[in-house]
Amino acid sequence: MTQGRHIFSVLVENKFGVLARVAGLFSGRGFNIDSLSVSETEDPNTSQMTIVTHGDEAIIEQIEKQLNRLIEVIRIKDITKENHVEREMILVKVAVDTAKRGEVLQIVDIFRARTIDVASESLTIEITGDENKLRAVIDMLRPYGIRELVRTGKVAIMRSTGK
Amino acid sequence: MLMRGAKLLIESLKHEDVEYIFGVQGGAAMPLFDELYDAEDIQLIPMRHEQGAAHAADGYARATGKVGVTLATSGPGATNLVTGIATAHMDSIPMVAITGQVPTQLIGNDAFQECDVLGVTRPICKHSYLIKDSSEVPEVVAEAFHIASTGRPGPVVIDFAKDAQFAESEFYYPEQIELRSYNPTTEGHPRQIAKAAELIKNAKRPMIYAGGGVVLSEASEELRQLATSTHIPITVTLMGLGAFPETHELAMEMPGMHGSCCANYAFTDADLVVAIGARFDDRVTGKLEVFSPKSKKIHIDIDPSCIGKNVWVDVPIVGDAKNVLRELNKKVDRKTDIEPWLRQINEWKAKYPFEYRQKGDQIMPQYVIEEIYNLYSDAMITADVGQHQMWAAQYFKFTEPRQWLNSGGLGTMGFSMPAMIGAQIGRPDKTQVNINGDGSFIMTIQELVPAVSMKLPLKIFIINNMYLGMVRQWQELFFNKRYAAVDYHDNPDFAKLAEAFGATGIRVEKIEDVRPALEQAKEIEDGPVVIDFIVAEEENVYPIVPGGQGLGDLVRNEEDARKGLSGWIRGLA
Ligand SMILES: Cc1ncc(C[n+]2csc(CCOP(=O)(O)OP(=O)(O)O)c2C)c(N)n1
Ligand SMILES: [Mg+2]
Repeated sequence: MTQGRHIFSVLVENKFGVLARVAGLFSGRGFNIDSLSVSETEDPNTSQMTIVTHGDEAIIEQIEKQLNRLIEVIRIKDITKENHVEREMILVKVAVDTAKRGEVLQIVDIFRARTIDVASESLTIEITGDENKLRAVIDMLRPYGIRELVRTGKVAIMRSTGK
Repeated sequence: MLMRGAKLLIESLKHEDVEYIFGVQGGAAMPLFDELYDAEDIQLIPMRHEQGAAHAADGYARATGKVGVTLATSGPGATNLVTGIATAHMDSIPMVAITGQVPTQLIGNDAFQECDVLGVTRPICKHSYLIKDSSEVPEVVAEAFHIASTGRPGPVVIDFAKDAQFAESEFYYPEQIELRSYNPTTEGHPRQIAKAAELIKNAKRPMIYAGGGVVLSEASEELRQLATSTHIPITVTLMGLGAFPETHELAMEMPGMHGSCCANYAFTDADLVVAIGARFDDRVTGKLEVFSPKSKKIHIDIDPSCIGKNVWVDVPIVGDAKNVLRELNKKVDRKTDIEPWLRQINEWKAKYPFEYRQKGDQIMPQYVIEEIYNLYSDAMITADVGQHQMWAAQYFKFTEPRQWLNSGGLGTMGFSMPAMIGAQIGRPDKTQVNINGDGSFIMTIQELVPAVSMKLPLKIFIINNMYLGMVRQWQELFFNKRYAAVDYHDNPDFAKLAEAFGATGIRVEKIEDVRPALEQAKEIEDGPVVIDFIVAEEENVYPIVPGGQGLGDLVRNEEDARKGLSGWIRGLA
């Protein structure tokens, strides 16, 4: 069976314990979470979760149904099926001395990333993009020595229709 | 009106028409018990262990269809409830479990008798709340009862911090509960129902497979109409027993691991299975790859996540069984043309009834059940977990919904006697009969104390085989008779023990004493009676579909077993 990757956009009540319920559902039923991001929406009573997961069709169907069973889940959309944009941000600290700094700054430039901190032996860079772009940047930076890397997890939104 | 949190809770419960609460005292729940002390409309039933309290609330709910309420203190009180909450959850029983919690400022501090109740119960309840502010009480209670009793029912936990139980707030009870994130679908989709009707009309070998959902949705009448108007044979699961009268000519008895040959063969040959409020549990389907391979499936269930989970479904219908059946019945109101199929069904029924052989002069456990049925056919039956449960399901013929209460999903030993207390309180008009095992009975035996205090006329019948019989059977068949940890010959004398509790105790060791003892029990109205039936020790439950096998491979009886068992792969579960 195909192990498709799916992005669920999940709107939930912004209440204490909701994240634990969602996370518990995944761990309790043996579903995978590849990435998860949560934050308040423009309405302080709701939060938006973006959950990236994978599995065959039956599993994805169960994930959607089981999420729907949670009382505090308001709406779920499997936006992988729709026309959507996804973004993720990473912060990466690259080991560079002054000699190599110019090269790295060029990479930053090409990928329209940003330098957010400079120290004598390292450079901290902020990059936003989709999966392909982030992978490309990381591949370029790896030879210089990646000291530390953190990522936000994916957020995704549907494109407007009717254009 | 201003009142303290504890009173707000009790007042809210009154608004939900709660009449009984099954509970055990403790520090973090003291204000609640204090309020109940002189509450007039709500009666507190003190139990001896929180597990018993939870099962009693559960039994009350199963017997009446109302929401059962249980109350315990923080920490160990709450953890003792866990088995009871999980039991209710697995069988979709409406229940509200209230626990005291340590004061808000101590939560998270590893305070005395603190336990993260919401954390512990999260996977075993439908929803849960922590109340830290007494002003939230009425709304939380209203939501909890709404959620517990609607959609696919289930237990809801309310954890109530002790300081909030003391804090005063205004009482205002919400008239109606609207949750934007919770709207169970109760009406079936007309197009799906039309499709189902077409399949039913055209089927040549159709069968109905009904489960506990029919009982929960009070849809027995609609189910009966569907079966009798179309003349389609029907099997009812362990959870649904009584939803369709087993005495009816169309009844094929229970399906699955210890179900009837007829029901299991029917699955194997059917060309249409109409599943109603049943969830294709692994104990029913056997090996999935070969489960009912020739049939199309219609699945009616209120919980979309149940549909298509284990088995591919051709026509899913999400909705309340009662509503869906009512609509479906309008479309299929004529006898289907399936004479050859019905002849086949009747042949299986005649050829392979549930059967056992009398061995020497021992009391056969199946015989005890038959006599219980002969004398108590109208009673409400609670059964525990094990061989005795299966024999009760097989040999007692249930004719009414809510006549049969058992822990089908979790299979909780110790469930039945406390559940029976709840059932007796909820349905005092019914004779309450408990079919118990020697292993199971002792797991919650302490609840005889409240039963005696309340002078409940409970009929407790122990099928005492001096073993954890169901496990022993598996050891005999699949583990080379290595009887590890199942020998219960050190059982106490249950009749004497019952007397010590203040109940009537009777020990029966001879066949000819079985019936007189059961008759004698009928006359005892001023308290519980415990009859200890000393039965054949190594009797097995047949038919059996060995774990991992298909329904068609079931072993019908002892003779089959003797011939074929050696070929089985040991240890398959
Ligand atoms: C709480 C709990 N522990 C263990 C089990 C596993 N188990 C299932 S049936 C059974 C034997 C029950 O023995 P008894 O009550 O004597 O009934 P019998 O099978 O002998 O009729 C056991 C141990 C269980 N279902 N529940
Ligand atoms: Mg036993």
